[in-house]
Amino acid sequence: MDWEVVIGMEVHVQPRTRSKMFCGCAIGNLGDPPNSNVCEICLGMPGVLPVINQAAVEACLKTALALNCEIPRHTKFDRKNYMYPDLPKGYQISQYDLPMSTNGNLEVDGRRVRIRRVHLEEDTGKLIHAGDKLHKALVSFVDLNRAGVPLMEIVSEPDLRSADQARDYAVALRTLLRTIGASEAEMEKGQLRAEPNISIRRAGTEELGVKTELKNINSFRALHRAILYEVTRQTEVLESGGTVVQETRGWSEAEQRTFSQRSKEFAEDYRYFPEPDLPPLELDPAWIEELRRALPELPAARRARLVSEYGLPAADAVQIAADRELADLFEGAVGAGADAKPVANWIIGEVAPTGKFPTADHLAELVKLVTAGRITRDQAKEVLVESVETGRSPSQIVAEHGFAQVSDEAALEAEVRAVMAANPRAVEDYRAGKKQAIGALMADLKQRAPQANPKVARDLLLRLLG
Amino acid sequence: MIDLTELTVKETARLLRLRSFSASELVTAHVERIERLDRRVKAFLRFTPELWEKQAEEADRRIVRGDLGPLVGIPMAVKDVLCVRGVETTAGSQILRGFKPPYTGTAVSRLFEAGAVMLGVTNCDEFAMGSSTENSGYHPTHNPWDLDRVPGGSSGGSAAAVSAAEAMIALGTDTGGSIRQPAALCGVVGMKPTYGRVSRYGLIAFASSLDQIGPFARSVEDAAIVLEAMAGRDPLDATSSDRPNDVLRDFDAGVKGMRLGVPREYYEVQGIEPGVKAAIDKAIKAFRDAGAEIVDVALPHTDYGLAAYYIIAPAECSSNLARFDGVRYGMSIEDAQNITELYMRTRREGFGTEVRRRVMLGTYALSSGYYDAYYLKAQKVRTLIKRDFDTAFEKCDAIISATSPTVAFPIGSKTQDPLSMYLCDVLTLGGNLAGLPGISVPCGFSNDLPVGLQILAPQWRENTALRVARAYEVASGVKAEVPSPLSGEV
Repeated sequence: MDWEVVIGMEVHVQPRTRSKMFCGCAIGNLGDPPNSNVCEICLGMPGVLPVINQAAVEACLKTALALNCEIPRHTKFDRKNYMYPDLPKGYQISQYDLPMSTNGNLEVDGRRVRIRRVHLEEDTGKLIHAGDKLHKALVSFVDLNRAGVPLMEIVSEPDLRSADQARDYAVALRTLLRTIGASEAEMEKGQLRAEPNISIRRAGTEELGVKTELKNINSFRALHRAILYEVTRQTEVLESGGTVVQETRGWSEAEQRTFSQRSKEFAEDYRYFPEPDLPPLELDPAWIEELRRALPELPAARRARLVSEYGLPAADAVQIAADRELADLFEGAVGAGADAKPVANWIIGEVAPTGKFPTADHLAELVKLVTAGRITRDQAKEVLVESVETGRSPSQIVAEHGFAQVSDEAALEAEVRAVMAANPRAVEDYRAGKKQAIGALMADLKQRAPQANPKVARDLLLRLLG
Repeated sequence: MIDLTELTVKETARLLRLRSFSASELVTAHVERIERLDRRVKAFLRFTPELWEKQAEEADRRIVRGDLGPLVGIPMAVKDVLCVRGVETTAGSQILRGFKPPYTGTAVSRLFEAGAVMLGVTNCDEFAMGSSTENSGYHPTHNPWDLDRVPGGSSGGSAAAVSAAEAMIALGTDTGGSIRQPAALCGVVGMKPTYGRVSRYGLIAFASSLDQIGPFARSVEDAAIVLEAMAGRDPLDATSSDRPNDVLRDFDAGVKGMRLGVPREYYEVQGIEPGVKAAIDKAIKAFRDAGAEIVDVALPHTDYGLAAYYIIAPAECSSNLARFDGVRYGMSIEDAQNITELYMRTRREGFGTEVRRRVMLGTYALSSGYYDAYYLKAQKVRTLIKRDFDTAFEKCDAIISATSPTVAFPIGSKTQDPLSMYLCDVLTLGGNLAGLPGISVPCGFSNDLPVGLQILAPQWRENTALRVARAYEVASGVKAEVPSPLSGEV
């Protein structure tokens, strides 16, 4: 009998804010010196108090709205109590029973993944252990730059059924967050951290199996691999008659395996209670409506529109709608008069892989130059790179380089004859019936006359040969 | 020759402008008095000469410039739970020995800006947990009226300092009565404002939903002046309010025509001493004579208040005190082998018995499986107590009672019985649970020991509490006196 995989995702996302969740400290960057973005508040000094960062609340609400969540009239913060050196106050300010939002969903590849809740909390600091392993470390250092950085926690229902779906869900979430401007959501920078809860059960049964939670995942690829590994591991455990232990497991990128970190048998009691230093938040429905109206078009809607409005193939629409900037560029270039399909090809083939964005007008101009046969594709690629680097327009660059494609037979005849003269052997072969010899001649022609319109040049060559 | 230490703020401000003496002379007079008396009273934990010298000089410059601020040059003592930049602040606990905050809290900052001169840091029960100042991690403080007795607590050092005229004004904090009760026991004025009136930023938290900073002084007006200077919205405290700062409105309007409520549950509270009751009866008569109407009111859930308080306050304290872990500041065990040992030994050695007891009580009350039965239940009782007061205030403008059922008790007499100590707060903690403003004013003596009269008013009606207190001061002629037992020393 087959096993069914059941995955729910907890995703922590750092909203785009200038300052921390409860103090005025800058968010800072990954390489900043330890404890350089700290103040008495995020250090948990005696006597300090938190003040809610309005921008974080707004980003969280926008995210909740984009995930079709219900937003309550009242929400509040709670204290989650546990002691650890990376947690300066001895409690984390989080949300427990009245989160910022509940009951949403995200459509991923035509499937609806239910969202249980989206809430706001603060990040912890980081421990650095001197020595190779924690239990052997002689000294441990605490860096509190991250302490108090805002985090949105997005919790899905266990609606995902494969590693592919889990990865696609995380990617879709990232796209959504970037589209609405709620977060930069860069996994490598720790701005998006995915923690899948995985269990397996016999296909056709309803009861959930014992789950494990995976941590330390810092790329979509790692997410995919970690889940595949864990599913295989759980399957082997169950098929050999064992039982899966409910626990937190870490993903080792180096060893490409998961390992047990913390058993939930002795689950910590966090003693949640309402944060007395922060009055409950009243969420004004008029403000929520305002935020809802201000949301940009969401990726799913845009994808559909790219197909219906521009006639793009679905596969192209998926790739372009996955990134707001790509989609904006596409619509901008088409709006500037270029044909949709070639614009899409250029974006998917050249812009997306390099991440180098021309302006929409420049891209439109470039596509039009190619479509009109004014320059060759190879020339166009060079022009694109130069346009992105210098910010100059493609037609300017084409003019300066004399890149214009030559389609006039009379102008090309001298070059074609020169090629024939330089390659007597190939000419002979062709005339002797070896039609493939034309390839060598065309290659040489491309070298000598890159500006030549390949079709015109080929026709001319064939005529002169024959 | 006037004694500069026995003046009120109001009198001092006038004399400073008349150049009868300078702010520096005023500070010197207080320092000399502290040198004579504090060996026996032990109100202070530390002194801040580097501050008082600089601040007194600045005050003298301000006076020369014509600054009319009433607090310019006024010598002040600060309870050891209020952070002052660079001044060792320990919350009366060994766990914070040597800790110098990198910042100054809002209330103290505002008083510094108003020109107050800081003399030093006063003793208190560790983390403000106690009613006698015997739980200090350093030493007990002695009541200036009888050195063998406690000054009350937890702000016992501040109350004793003002009572002994070692400081003209002092700051305390009140979580269940920690300003009002020691004010009563030391025969001075002490006020707890409405929750949210004064920013808590810089107050080392005991129970966040109950803590408030307030003044000690030797007259109602002085207390009002200090409160007015501290009050008001602070962007660093989300629970502070932007209500108008009107604490001095109608200050001298008297009580004629006012309705003053006497709750039976407070009037006949268990364990109230006859001498205290007699003093309160005299006060009630004085109010009636001054034209107030005395009405009976009921606070039916009073009996449950103490229990609810001793769940909520420890619950919050168990969380608030988690940050004292030996990692970043304060005491830290040197030879711990791992993090758990560091936590356990630092906290066991750094915290005193009462603090450990409350951390454990609170941890238990918040634990999964007990939360509903304890913490949640206590919050429901809190709501009922608020409702009691709301109902009572429909019938009266303010509520009057004794501040403490007893006068100052002998040092050591309650330390072995925490429950009897907890009962000291029975008349005051309702005001904290309901977030009300309350003031204690001197109300005569019982067996030569001061009795305090408590006036509670509706939220944000500090002006009512102060007006009633002022009227009592005027009508009764009872004023804060400098204790006669110390007069031989002066």
